[in-house]
Amino acid sequence: MTLAIALAAGVLFGAGTYLVLQKLLSRIIVGLGLIAHAANLLILGSGGRPGAPPIIDGLNPAAVSDPLEQALVLTAIVITFGITAFLLALAYRSWSEQGSDEVEDDIEDRRIVGLAGRRQ
Amino acid sequence: MSTVATLPVAIPLLGAAMSLVALRSLTGQRIIGIAASLGLASVAGWLLLTVGNSGPIVANVAGWEAPFGIVLVADRLAALLLFTSAVALVLVLVFAVSQRATDEELRGFHAVYQMLAAGVALALLTGDLFTLFVAFEIMLTASYVLLTYRAGGAQTRATISYVVIGLVASALLLTCIALIYSVAGTVNIADLTTKLGQVPSGLRAGIGWMLFLVFGIKAAIFPLFFWLPDSYPVAPTPVTAVFAGLLTKIGVYAIIRTQTLIFPSDGPSTLMLIIAGLTMVVGVLGAIAQKDVKRILSFHIVSQIGYMIMGLGFFTVAGVTAAVVFVVHQIIVKASLFLVGGLVEASEGTGVIDRVNGVARRSPVVAALFLPAAFSLAGFPPFSGFVGKLALVEAGFAIEQWAVVGVSLLASVLTLFSMTKIWSGVFWGTPADGEIRRLPTGMIGATAGMVVVGLFIALAAQPLLDYAQQAAIDLLEPGAYRAFVLGSPA
Repeated sequence: MTLAIALAAGVLFGAGTYLVLQKLLSRIIVGLGLIAHAANLLILGSGGRPGAPPIIDGLNPAAVSDPLEQALVLTAIVITFGITAFLLALAYRSWSEQGSDEVEDDIEDRRIVGLAGRRQ
Repeated sequence: MSTVATLPVAIPLLGAAMSLVALRSLTGQRIIGIAASLGLASVAGWLLLTVGNSGPIVANVAGWEAPFGIVLVADRLAALLLFTSAVALVLVLVFAVSQRATDEELRGFHAVYQMLAAGVALALLTGDLFTLFVAFEIMLTASYVLLTYRAGGAQTRATISYVVIGLVASALLLTCIALIYSVAGTVNIADLTTKLGQVPSGLRAGIGWMLFLVFGIKAAIFPLFFWLPDSYPVAPTPVTAVFAGLLTKIGVYAIIRTQTLIFPSDGPSTLMLIIAGLTMVVGVLGAIAQKDVKRILSFHIVSQIGYMIMGLGFFTVAGVTAAVVFVVHQIIVKASLFLVGGLVEASEGTGVIDRVNGVARRSPVVAALFLPAAFSLAGFPPFSGFVGKLALVEAGFAIEQWAVVGVSLLASVLTLFSMTKIWSGVFWGTPADGEIRRLPTGMIGATAGMVVVGLFIALAAQPLLDYAQQAAIDLLEPGAYRAFVLGSPA
């Protein structure tokens, strides 16, 4: 189980990182979502073995699954959800103002590239 | 009495909710905003004195005992930075209200500003890593809104990169927390001080450096600072001032808190000192190359972060003391420099050095406010920067770290050079003929207030150093933090 979670988190991290490095803002947002999912999976995996529901009812504490990391993951999911919505709104504004979804080059970077070109 | 430690978070949250209720009345929002900020400052002041006299105050939120529940810890470090931040928040808000444009353009400005204050307070007070993550999210989400609401056209790129980098850092922080929870089974900082000690040293160092990297992105250390000079100048002046004063410093605070308590080092950390030296030099060289007042000051934020990391990198009581004093000084001085930059922009219409001339003649008051803040940034006696830098240099000499101390002195000289560039470009020269826009008294008053607080830091240098030293001892003494949070040293 732990191995499956670790592998899934690894694949998500890889795919997310690839997407974040793209030029289109829509891909970047999907990539951020994947990275956040990977982190959430990792938290879920950090709690150890799955077990019985954590209700104190004469149960053997050793057989109960850890409730804390589930609480942490729920909080993290809500936060990621809110911020992704915000980022989508930002992307929409950028698209409606500029007509494209592409993240432009930095002006300063372009100036430096221009300077280097002139010297050669 | 322990409930008081929750008030610095509760008051701004209440203020934010009430400003949303009063969304239709700008005057109502302003009154609520200023009242909430003053409330935060007075509670923070009370905490500063009480914690200084009778030791840390610990609040178990909702009655759950630490390490199982959320715990808020007002120790000396948190109380000192909380009070400084609260003072900066009040003065910047007065500036924003008298400037009028900021809160007229963004209707929810006061609610967002109070949320930012709540995030800062929670980040400083929290005693566990996950709540620290939540606090960063509250603070950063508020900062995303404040930074992006006005930016359009060419500025969109800068704001998007700020938000994306913030999100990547948050996801990495979450990853670190997951790793720490899987090896130690707790996220409570006091509990981690002993529990992580049982983890193999390689694993522990790996997680420690990863956490350093995450907070390093937030604090803008070398080589993770590139987002800062692009995005900060985009925002309106009061927003930039509060970002410059607070946001990166909270990143530094998180580095100090976690590296001293959870990942303590026996001797000076060479890697950290190298990073500190590079941050100072690269930041200040970036500043020298710029032409716009706000961009120059943004690069200086980066450069000054290097000094704080240097103090921490010594891992001695003297070093951490100096780093804490330096953070306090920077919060105030950086905010006052940005406010002065905003005054220049407001009266002349631009902050580009080539286009502004002779402000010393045209508005002498603005020039008089710039001078003490600029000298303080460069570290001239008798200003507050001198106190911080002297303490850092002494701490470095005490453990014979000549190289990094030499680099820090060189960076100071370069800082002075770029300050004279602003001075000779903006304040001296033939006054232009154009019209001077009248500055509201409140804007000048708030800026003057910030400069006076900076001077007061220099006057109160000895009590401040004593307080910071006690804070550093609480951090570096093994078991001290654990003892007052969990009630038992082991």
